[in-house]
Amino acid sequence: MPDLNALKYTADHEWLEIDGDVVTVGITDYAADQLGDLVFVDLPQVGASVQPGAVVSEVESTKSVGEVSTPIAGEVIERNDAIIENPELVNADAFAGWLFKLRIDPAALDATSLLSRDEYTEQIGQ
Amino acid sequence: MTETDTARHGPLHDIHVAAGAAFTDFGGWQMPVRYSSDLAEHHAVRTAAGIFDISHMGEIVVLGAEAGAALDYALAGRLSTIEEGQAKYSLLLTEDGGILDDLVVYRTGADRFLVVANAGNRDAVAEELIDRAKDFDCEVYDESDDMALIAVQGPKTREILTQLTPQLEEVDLASLKYYRCAAARWNGHELLIARTGYTGEDGFELYIAPDAAAALWTAIIETGQGSGLVPAGLAARDTLRLEAGMPLYGHELGRDILPVQAGLGRVVHINKEGDFVGRAAVEAGPPEGARVLVGLVAEGRRAGRAGYPIVTESGEVVGEITSGALSPTLGHPIAMAYVDPEHAAPDTHLAIDVRGSRIPATVTAVPFYSRKA
Repeated sequence: MPDLNALKYTADHEWLEIDGDVVTVGITDYAADQLGDLVFVDLPQVGASVQPGAVVSEVESTKSVGEVSTPIAGEVIERNDAIIENPELVNADAFAGWLFKLRIDPAALDATSLLSRDEYTEQIGQ
Repeated sequence: MTETDTARHGPLHDIHVAAGAAFTDFGGWQMPVRYSSDLAEHHAVRTAAGIFDISHMGEIVVLGAEAGAALDYALAGRLSTIEEGQAKYSLLLTEDGGILDDLVVYRTGADRFLVVANAGNRDAVAEELIDRAKDFDCEVYDESDDMALIAVQGPKTREILTQLTPQLEEVDLASLKYYRCAAARWNGHELLIARTGYTGEDGFELYIAPDAAAALWTAIIETGQGSGLVPAGLAARDTLRLEAGMPLYGHELGRDILPVQAGLGRVVHINKEGDFVGRAAVEAGPPEGARVLVGLVAEGRRAGRAGYPIVTESGEVVGEITSGALSPTLGHPIAMAYVDPEHAAPDTHLAIDVRGSRIPATVTAVPFYSRKA
C-alpha cells in the first residue's frame, strides 16, 4: 500500500500517485465503502488519450454506478486487468486496487487542482 | 449519502451504529444500508438467514364493527372476507386508479386490521384511510411510533426462531402458514409474528414495542450466529426483492401507474360488492398503448439501472428501467422495466442503453429467482 499522505486526491474521491511523468489512479477507500461491493469495473484502453474531467472508467456495485475521471490530461499506459476479473479487490484495499496509469506532462500538474490527504479527509468529514 | 439532521432514527439505531452499519436516508429515516458487505448479506439470506430492521414502515390500525367494510371501500382488495390471522397484499388507489401505496393488511382480530404501509407513504396512507373510513363504524389510528418491526428471512429462519431463548410463547411456528399471522409473547413482551416477506425466501416479520426491540434483535442475532444469520441492510434487501420480482413503491409503483400496468390486476377485486376508491378508473383501464411492467435479463456483468432507456434493435426507445442490478444469486444482470405493450411478450429481444452502449436484453417472466419448494 502506498503512503497515503504522499498521494494526491480529487474532490471526486480519486487518489493519484505521482511519480515523475507517470500517474497511477484509483478510487479512495471512502468511495469504495460508499459504493458497496464492486461487481463490475470498466477501464480505459491502453493507448487512449484522456482529457481532464472526462469520464474514463466506471465502477459499479450492486446498487450504484461510480464514474472515474482524471483531473489531468495524459495517455493511458497501463491498466489493472486483475480488477476486471475481481472487482472486489478494490473493496479489499482501494489503495492497492489501482485502476490505470497515465503518462502526463509534469508541468501541467501546477495548474491542476489536487487535494492533500488532510484536505481530502476534511472534505469527507473523517 | 449525506446524513441529514432531519432524518428520524428508529428504536434500533444505536444497535446498528455499534454493529458498524453504513446508513442511508430512506423515506425520511436513517436506515442501515449495509453492515459488512451487500453481497455477503444477500447470500446469507439465500443460504442461511438475515435479520432486517424495517421499523420505518408504517402501521395503521383500523378497528371497529365496520372496519372490514371500510377497508373494502378504501382499498382495491376485498379485506372484509379474510380470516382472523390471515394477511393480504393490497393497494391503496387514487380516484384516478393510480397506486398511492402497496400494503399488507393483517386481520388481527374480528374487528381489527393492521395496515402496513411504506415508510415514505405512512402519513398519506393514514390520512386517506381516516378520510375514507369516516362514514363507517370504525376508528383509524397510526400506531407506527408504537411499533418496531424486525424481519428474519432465509431458509434457516424457522430453525433459528424455534431455538430462540427465552422461547417464543403461544405460537407454533411450524403450523403458521405463509401469509398468516399470530399473536405471541417473548420474554414478557407481546408481539405479532407474521409469515410474510419481501425477499423470496421463507421468513417471519415480528412486530414488537420499540422498547423491547433491541433485546429481541440481540437475542435473534445470538441464537442465529451458529446458523449463519447476519444483520442485513437495505442494499441487500433491494437486490433480494428484485430477484424475487417484487415491485417497489417509487420504482415500479406510483400514482401515475394503474395496477394492471404493474401486473397487479389480480389484486384489484373488480367483482366485489359496493364501490371502492378508484373503481371507475380501473374499470376504464389505462389509455391505449400504456406501458406495462416486464422483467429483463441480460448477459455479462454490466447492469441497467433505474432510468436507463430500453431500445429496439433499430434504436427506437420503447421503455425505461425502474430497477436493475447484477443479480448476486444468478450472476447476470436483471431489471424490471416499463415497456410499450407491443414489446412486452416474453422472449422479445430488446436492448438496454447503458450510458451510450447497447446491451442486448430479453423480456422474461418474473420472478427471476424462486426458492426450491
